[in-house]
Amino acid sequence: MKREEKITEQLSRDMNNLREMDRRNFMKRIGGGLVIAFSVTDMPLLAGCSPQEDEKRDVNAYLKIGEAGRVTLYTGKVEMGQGPITSLPMMLADELDVAIESVDIIMGDTDICPYDEGTYGSLSTRAFGQVLRATAAEARAILLKMAAGELSTDPNQLQVSNGLVSTISDPAKQVSYAELTKGKAILETVKEKPELKKAAEMKIMGSSRLHVDAELKVTGQAKYSGDIQLPGMMYAKIVRPPSLGAKLISVDTSAAEAIEGVEIVREEDFIVLLHASQDTADYAITRVKTEFEEEIMEVDNDTLHEYLGKNGTEIREIGSGGDPDADIDASGTLFVSEFKDPYIAHAPIENHTATAVFEGDKLNIWASCQTPYSTKEDVAEALGIPQEKVRLNEIFTGGAFGGKIYNPQAIEVARIAKLSEKPIQLVYSREEEFLYDRLRPAALVKIKSGITADGEMVLWDYNIYFGGRRGAKHFYDIPNHRTRNLNPSGESKGHPFYTGAWRAPSNNTNTWARESQIEIMASAAGKDPLQFRLDHLAENQKMTKVLEAGAEKFGWTPAVGPSGRGYGLACGIDAGTYVVVFVEAEVNKSTGHVQVKRAVVSQDLGLVVNPQGVIIQAEGCVIMGLGYTLSEEIEFEGRKMLTRNFDTYTLPQFSWTPQIDVVNIDKQDEPPQGGGEPAIICMGGAVANAIFDATGARLYQLPMTPERVLEAIRAT
Amino acid sequence: MIETIQFEINGSPTQLSLDPNTILMWALRNELSLTGTKFGCGLGFCGSCTVILDNEPVRSCMIPLSDAKGKKLITIEGLSKNGSLHPIQKAFMKNDALQCGYCTPGMIMNAYGLLLKNPEPSRQEVIDGMEDNLCRCGTYGRIIESIQMAGKEMKGGVAV
Repeated sequence: MKREEKITEQLSRDMNNLREMDRRNFMKRIGGGLVIAFSVTDMPLLAGCSPQEDEKRDVNAYLKIGEAGRVTLYTGKVEMGQGPITSLPMMLADELDVAIESVDIIMGDTDICPYDEGTYGSLSTRAFGQVLRATAAEARAILLKMAAGELSTDPNQLQVSNGLVSTISDPAKQVSYAELTKGKAILETVKEKPELKKAAEMKIMGSSRLHVDAELKVTGQAKYSGDIQLPGMMYAKIVRPPSLGAKLISVDTSAAEAIEGVEIVREEDFIVLLHASQDTADYAITRVKTEFEEEIMEVDNDTLHEYLGKNGTEIREIGSGGDPDADIDASGTLFVSEFKDPYIAHAPIENHTATAVFEGDKLNIWASCQTPYSTKEDVAEALGIPQEKVRLNEIFTGGAFGGKIYNPQAIEVARIAKLSEKPIQLVYSREEEFLYDRLRPAALVKIKSGITADGEMVLWDYNIYFGGRRGAKHFYDIPNHRTRNLNPSGESKGHPFYTGAWRAPSNNTNTWARESQIEIMASAAGKDPLQFRLDHLAENQKMTKVLEAGAEKFGWTPAVGPSGRGYGLACGIDAGTYVVVFVEAEVNKSTGHVQVKRAVVSQDLGLVVNPQGVIIQAEGCVIMGLGYTLSEEIEFEGRKMLTRNFDTYTLPQFSWTPQIDVVNIDKQDEPPQGGGEPAIICMGGAVANAIFDATGARLYQLPMTPERVLEAIRAT
Repeated sequence: MIETIQFEINGSPTQLSLDPNTILMWALRNELSLTGTKFGCGLGFCGSCTVILDNEPVRSCMIPLSDAKGKKLITIEGLSKNGSLHPIQKAFMKNDALQCGYCTPGMIMNAYGLLLKNPEPSRQEVIDGMEDNLCRCGTYGRIIESIQMAGKEMKGGVAV
């Protein structure tokens, strides 16, 4: 579907939602006051939020100015560590001119919050946030109109501070938002494009604010879906195959059933053990004897990239210019490289978890997820019940990173609750979490590129197999170029495991491969890698500025690699944000161990709502990025996953922590762009380039484990 | 199989009549509703289930309830006293040393155990003491700062 069609579809869905909404019931549920709902009629409002083509829009917001002066924001977004619980109220309070302390936020409750596509794609601030600001600005305009009537004056003779409206000429003539909305039940929708505040008018946005959910989290009071306890609740364990796609031949549950209190529910091959104690359920499942016929798939870690190259036959060109098949001038040099990326896991510390109970014919669910609305739809469909009979409740999510867009646990818990007619909690074991994760797809990138004798890039032929298109297009001045995506309709097709979106999907692979190849050429041309990039970015002032700001903070001085210093950089574009990471790494040449000593993130993400929140996200990107760069890799044989817990899947640890500095380019009057994902895309390339700078060894395969680093050093 | 096991939890004497082999983490979460102690990996690799057992940080997913017999347990719920947060909790808040918050209770309890033994640890000593607690959001740098800040503030008076 074309982007326009997608947006149209999305918009029409929003409008339908509003039309279908029974206003009286809605107001009853949400309480009295002034409720402003955003209905999209004015697309230019969103201009500049520049989502990728493959991302969907979500454009819903409503807020209520209640009788007691409390303002409540209802949003389908969820809090999973990225901070909207703090930053969205900041945007709202600033546009509405109320104190931040008077704002409450309700997130992800599908019965009372507006429809939302999901919390992903760094869209909470750049798309939803702008809509929210517009909604708040409209609410302010409506309240001013009401105040004008109350104070017998014109709206433009009024001023607002902390929810108190007064006349400019006589500030003693005043009325509060609370007084204006008292006893009212008004539902308004935004019809025109309201004026958003300029940076100079912002009082809350642009100033750092600590996480408002911190106290709940440091005291253990924050509730995650496994913390919900219901009377009579049973803990479920599902009989699982040893590998994906395996077919159940036989099952013997008699030994498990002999354990006191064990119950079994079954629907064909969906066999579930229940017990009032999680501990006993965990034990009982080990007593089930099963025989499975495993699916044969001839691929493992050693043959993976050959397999991808062979099967990536469906070609889609996603950009080209000049003559990409041109013969390079005889005086030029050609570089042909293959970059190999493995499967990696999301591995949030909270596994997929869900708790569910039927109350009458209505199913209440608490699920660790990024997508309450599509999860609701999936559950309703699986159970064959109407969508309004399923409610996903507000709950904290313990990390997601794209892995909780898909929620098989919610569907399973619903099925079990229906079969057993009991309240059920389903907590995936870490082993289940790995096996059923929608892994970051493994990928192969083949690049052929060329420079002239003067070190000018003249050719770029880029082919990504199975990894996806986000971030695949380059942004350098290269006259002859082509970018192709092989197996684009893949999704999980062709992979031995489920695959999906992993923080900045595709862009980690693409930025690592591209930025490695760029430096291969810079070194061959005898150019400083920063200068080499700048030389090919004459048309791209935005990236130039981000590079220069980062270089200044880092203290970059020009040198041709390998300089022995262990300096590396990589730049890219993700979720509308231009970003560069500079790192300094130490490479132990006898062990192959790589330690990143410091990192500088420089980024242009437009309006920064909560500077502290943005910095924390960038820090998280650096740390999490070290994982896919240095250690994370799923080991497997066919569809059998060998890496099922943290003894074999190494996450970044405390000792890896570099000094991290973050530079945000001042663009407070521009629309906001993504903040949760962009910086992570640069980590693979920056560290690979730093290893090259330190040792002269070029690595073509992630993760850059000590063994691979040693092997590359030996090959130099 | 059922045995009555007595121990002290967050300063209060308590008893549970359960299979003594019940994993301590599940007993805390599901029998005592102390859900601040989190399940992460079930094999002691991630540390999100860390609690204090007689002044030692332990992985509660790895030990049976019977190990707590006659001992003093402290969980995240027991750190704040009379509505006042423990200095480690305050330092985590002040430094914004958390994101999703799921690993946070385990981090704080492990830090508590660390500071009991070493009230003013160096940066390297904090790293060594915390190394096996995992945070997927990547908040390590801020946690290190928080633990050092709390250590300085408490001047050895860590215990609740």
